[in-house]
Amino acid sequence: MSRKPYIRPVPKTSWYMKYMKHDRYKRYMLREVTCIFIGIYTAIIVLGLYNLSEGQESFDLFMATLRTPGALVFHLFALSFAFYHSATWFNVTPQAMPLMKGDDFVSGSLIIRVHYAAWAAVSLVILFVVGA
Amino acid sequence: MARSHKPIIWGPFAAGGTLAALIMPVLIFVTGVAVPLGILPPESLSYHRAVAFAGTWLGKLILFVFVSLPAWHAAHRARITVHDLGVRLDNIVALVVYGLAATLTITAVVALLRI
Amino acid sequence: MSETRTIKIEILRYRPEIDSSPVLQSYRVPCPQEWVVLDALDYIKNNIDSSLSYRWSCHMAVCGSCGVMVNGEPMLACKTFLREMGDTVRVEPLLNFPIERDLVVVIDDFLENLKSLKPYIIRKTEKPVEEGTHLQTHAQLKRFKQYTLCINCLLCYAACPQYALNTNFIGPSALALAHRYNLDSRDEGYAMRQEIVASPEGVWECSFVGACSEVCPKHVDPASAVQQMKITSTKDYFLRFLGGKR
Repeated sequence: MSRKPYIRPVPKTSWYMKYMKHDRYKRYMLREVTCIFIGIYTAIIVLGLYNLSEGQESFDLFMATLRTPGALVFHLFALSFAFYHSATWFNVTPQAMPLMKGDDFVSGSLIIRVHYAAWAAVSLVILFVVGA
Repeated sequence: MARSHKPIIWGPFAAGGTLAALIMPVLIFVTGVAVPLGILPPESLSYHRAVAFAGTWLGKLILFVFVSLPAWHAAHRARITVHDLGVRLDNIVALVVYGLAATLTITAVVALLRI
Repeated sequence: MSETRTIKIEILRYRPEIDSSPVLQSYRVPCPQEWVVLDALDYIKNNIDSSLSYRWSCHMAVCGSCGVMVNGEPMLACKTFLREMGDTVRVEPLLNFPIERDLVVVIDDFLENLKSLKPYIIRKTEKPVEEGTHLQTHAQLKRFKQYTLCINCLLCYAACPQYALNTNFIGPSALALAHRYNLDSRDEGYAMRQEIVASPEGVWECSFVGACSEVCPKHVDPASAVQQMKITSTKDYFLRFLGGKR
């Protein structure tokens, strides 16, 4: 008997809604789009550095732009996406870098907690340096 | 099968992702929320303070790393996301996103060297 | 004891000799407390429609034959209790694979990929029998043990979007099994497997969605294996520049 396998079409642009319907795929796409905010924010820092190199007038103008409502709204969005990036990044560290101690693996939750602690420490240091 | 050259891209991507995870929330909070809203005093990001920091070699190095690695991370993830969204022009997309990341990095270097 | 309820099972059927594309067919089946999806399929086959095709063997989550989509999620039909489901349960062939017939999918690609990764212990020179066995410590065993639990049920492939978008990807469980042998202290086949693992169709197609590990019925973590192999492949790549060889 001849074979005639059927290949189901994959909707290439909407697979995470129409083809794979579990929430985990939408969460994955949410994680991936954090890069847009991180990318744009990085560009903003570079813009700031450029203005800094141009002199005080340019830099003050740049800082004034950051106080506009549009900039504030963007940064609040960027902040939440950056948090999401951090959490999703650190939460998978035990998978990417499992650690053995003696005859057994170090517990994943411990590895995650150490990363969160490092995250908190780095954040506090930066806050302290800027605020002091 | 030939070995892939992806490590050249993936190494900085992973490093940039880790760095971004550590510093991005607090940086965005400081420059984008706290200082503009006055939660932190405006002087903390004054021109003179910023120049004093970016004027040292350590400051330049820190700012260079803080910009270049997350930019690369974002670029690579954007490339994958565009692919995930069904665009099948991977070579062109790669050129655009890595080009943007490189442009940001070069601009940062030029600016830092002028400070 | 509660009364036996009746539920509707919708099965995506494909009979290549009459169907040009798959069609849903519904069956009403009883659903005792202890029944799993596979029991319902058996009931249909034995009492309602003997033409229904599906794979199964052990009925105890060991053989890995009965993977299907249950309400859109890849699951083992023998391990999925109907009592945890609503009154309508949809059963479809595993996603991302061509359908051979009804719930039977074509897995030739996977078998080829698995073979290419040499999932067995490779020695540069065999140890003579008279010298005895290879001993392993607890730690050496623990390093790879979870990956030995893979039953090749392919639920991870059905859950993997990167495999859905590009079936040339070697895929989760084949790579996890390569990693299992790479981690084995008795094995010396790392460099051979790297030819596939570090190729463009190997670990680099993975974007760490992590779905493979979430759906694994044996709690294997293929996503972890693949990320670890990305890290070792990256170290390897740069070490080669420095003249180091592995």
